[in-house]
Order: sequence, then C-alpha cells, then structure tokens
Amino acid sequence: MRDVAVVGIGMNKWGEIWTKSFRDLFVEAALMAIDDAGVDTLDSMTIGCMTGGLFVGQEHLASMMADYLGIKNLPASRVESACASGGLAFRTAYIEVASGMSDIVLAGGVEKMTDVSGDGATYALATAADQEYEVFHGATFPGLYALMAVAHMEKYGTTRDMLSSVAVKNHHNGSMNPNAQYPFKISIEEVNNSVMVASPLRILDCSPITDGAAAVILTTVDIARKLGKPIIKIIGSGHATDTIALHSRKDLTTLDATRMAAKRAFDMAGKTIKDIDFAEVHDCFTIAEIIVSESLGVFAPGKGGVAAQKGETGLEGSFPINTSGGLKSKGHPVGATGIGQAVEVVKQLRGEAENGRQLKNNPKTALMQNMGGSGGSTLVHILEVA
Amino acid sequence: MFPSRIWREKAQRYRLEAGKCTTCGYIAFPPRLICPECGAREFETITLPDTGKILTYTVIRVAPSQFTDEAPYAVGIAELTNGVKLMAQIADCEVEKIKVGMEVVIEFRRVQTHGSHGVLSYGYKFVPKWY
Ligand SMILES: [Zn+2]
Repeated sequence: MRDVAVVGIGMNKWGEIWTKSFRDLFVEAALMAIDDAGVDTLDSMTIGCMTGGLFVGQEHLASMMADYLGIKNLPASRVESACASGGLAFRTAYIEVASGMSDIVLAGGVEKMTDVSGDGATYALATAADQEYEVFHGATFPGLYALMAVAHMEKYGTTRDMLSSVAVKNHHNGSMNPNAQYPFKISIEEVNNSVMVASPLRILDCSPITDGAAAVILTTVDIARKLGKPIIKIIGSGHATDTIALHSRKDLTTLDATRMAAKRAFDMAGKTIKDIDFAEVHDCFTIAEIIVSESLGVFAPGKGGVAAQKGETGLEGSFPINTSGGLKSKGHPVGATGIGQAVEVVKQLRGEAENGRQLKNNPKTALMQNMGGSGGSTLVHILEVA
Repeated sequence: MFPSRIWREKAQRYRLEAGKCTTCGYIAFPPRLICPECGAREFETITLPDTGKILTYTVIRVAPSQFTDEAPYAVGIAELTNGVKLMAQIADCEVEKIKVGMEVVIEFRRVQTHGSHGVLSYGYKFVPKWY
C-alpha cells in the first residue's frame, strides 16, 4: 500500500442554509478543497450522504455532483453508512489511493436537512435504526441515546451536570469556529433547563439539524510533496459494525464498534491512545461523547463523565476532544460530519485553527471517530504530521 | 405502511415467536437465518417468556407524527427471564414511577393508531407488574 496524505480541505459555513441548493453546497466545499490542494483535476470522487432521497428527494449523487463539479466523465460514487457516511467516504478514498488505483481522490460529504419539516427529519434520521424492532415502538434517535444515558447513569453514577459539561465545552470551542452553525457559548444552567426531548436528554444535549458539506483531497505522499503542501499522513484506518438494534448489545454502556474500529486503526498505525494528542469524535448527543471517550480508551469505563466535568477534554485539558465545537455546536449535516471532522483535524495539525482554538504545543497526531445510528457502524482514522 | 409489511412480522408481534439455535442455544428475536454466536443455521421456534425486568428506559416528549397524541410516552429495553432483550413501550403507568430493575409483563396492545395507509398496528408492550 502507498502512503496517503490529506492535501486539501474545504468546508462552508454550516447551518440552516436556505439560499443554497443541495448541489451548490457540495460543489462549493469541493472547490474549496481542490483550490486548497492546488490540484487541477481529480482521478475519482467519493461522497458520503445518508439520505438525499428522504431529505431532498435526490439520489444518484455520483452523477449530479460530478456533473456540477464540471469534471466530465469523472468516476464518482456515493457511499452510505447513516451518520458515518462521511467517515466511510474518507476510508473509501484512502483505500483507492493507497491501493494505487487512483492518485488524486476527493472524499466529500453533504446533507441538506432543512428542506423538510422537523417531523420529516425525525423520520429520515430514524431510518438509521431498526425500523421493525425500534422505530415501530416509537423510539427516536434522542430516545436511543437516552436509553444509553440512563444505563450509564445507573451503572456509573454519571450525572446531569456531567452531560451538560460536554455541551458547554463544545459550544465554547465552536464559538471560535467561523463555520459552526451555533457559534455561541452556553452555560450548564441553560443546558440543565432546556426543553426535555427524551429523558434525560434535553434539547441542548442534542446536535442540531444542519445543511452543510465538506471535502478533502487525498493523494500519495510523493505527490503531496510535489504540491508543496504540509504532509498530513493517514497512518491508521479502522472500520467496524455492531448490531443495528441497541437492545441486541451485551452492554448498553459501551460502543463496541468504536472500540473495534479504534483497535484496528491503532494496530495499523502501530500506536496506542497514549500517542494521540487530540480527537474529533461523534457527539451527536452529550452522552455519546462520554461513552465514545471511554470506548476509545481515553478514559476508563465510567470515567468519561467525570473527566469531561473536570475539563480534561477542553482545549487546555490532557486530551482535547472536539476542538471544532463538535456536532453539537458546529452542526451535524449527517453525511458531511465525518469529513467535517477531517477538516478540523487537518487545520489543527497544520496549526491553522482560527480564533484562538488552535491547540498549543504543535499537536502531531490526531484521531477522528465517526459513527452511524446508535453505534451500529463506526470509522476511526489516525492522522499524523509527516 | 403497507399491510404486507405488518403481516410479515405477525409471529413476533402477536405471538413473541423467536428462533432458538439447535446447536448453541442462542435465542434470536426476531428469528434469523444464521446464528451470530456459532454460525449454525438450524433453529427451532420457541415462544418468549412474557416477564422480565427493565434495563433502561426513556420518556419521549418529542415524538414522531404517528405517536404525537401519546407523548409523553416511555420506551424501554427489558431483559426477559430467559435473557433475551427487546425494546417496547412501557404502558399503563405514570412515567415518573418507572425505574431501572422494575419487573414487567409483556402484553398485547395496539402500538400505532394510524400510519400513512390507515392500518392499525398491534404488538407487544411492557406493563409494570405492580399494576
Ligand atoms: Zn448458535
């Protein structure tokens, strides 16, 4: 396998973007990545999108996005793994370059979620769960993560304030991210008193409904050197699945696909969690960030909430998580989220994170974790400054 | 929802039928074609026990459209007396009184009062034993 680097990143402002179409959102981010990389064409493109069909009635993105990107006959594909579609696009592009099949590949992600009502979005997102054995009974996504939260609170004594501290920290970081959907700070009290969605999760425990796109350019390390770009090398790629239904899992307080995907990425990179300087993780709900931090091995099982409350995961903490603001503040356009994580990781590793959220001491090695559904699929990647 | 889709699940929703692996004893609910524990492909049909205890629960206040009339309602995961876990609504109780570890009985109930095709959907719900 060839060594692969990320040489270009592109991301637009995420939010309720009524003025931009599905196709323009994607092409805008793709052009930013192409310009950033300084390449004049692509060999191939892979796009993560959960459900263009349900959100805007548009499938066949391979054709549409290649068409509007203006590259005639470009080999393009769309991959789907619910909210992990972006991470899957990243891995697919990585494999394509590493294998020698293509030299310059764009990995992108896009979702346009605000062209449907709240109920339409709830329905579309619920298709990532087991329709016959979860959704049929009235389960929603906040509901599924709430079931994990209650189990975690019962087993480990995780508290309301611990959950809230995750949201507060991510909004603090996001307030410094010009691309974030909700770039403002919130307080513990505001989270604790926000509207209940599915107990114990309140609206400020939940990531928002978002329109957005992101793109990165992957190429070989040799070509990256010729382009004169900082070399941000992909040193580990791990992918794993778990049962689609939450109730089929042996333990409701861990995320086994995250644990396995991380193990595979670490084994490939020859690293452990101790070698990682910071991470972008899938905080679709506050409890998710806590459980993910435990399943990745950053903290012992049951200790993720305490660590978050103590500030261990803040910008100045021992293991910063979600310097971008995470899904919580930056937004969660589901298919684009995994690529949005890559954009932040590359910015931090290049030393280019805006407005004071750049980590000090020149971080060298980063991890990103992107998961689908209630953890039924997960991608973990490890990137390093070469 | 098309009637055929509801009809296909009737053995599980109306009768709690599961598949028990004849090689290792793993119980699949709903039934599967291959055992995730041992890889065997032969199962015998069994009926799940109708009692268990709540492992975790949530009270859903922001509900999908077919459930908005019922919100707030509780959804939980119960572990049955034979170790099988499944998800269902927790019915016939004040949601504030639900607790982890609470014993429940599985009862046959109407689950969705209307779908886009106007079909009534029946299935199982958990009912606290102390009622
Ligand atoms: Zn078996």
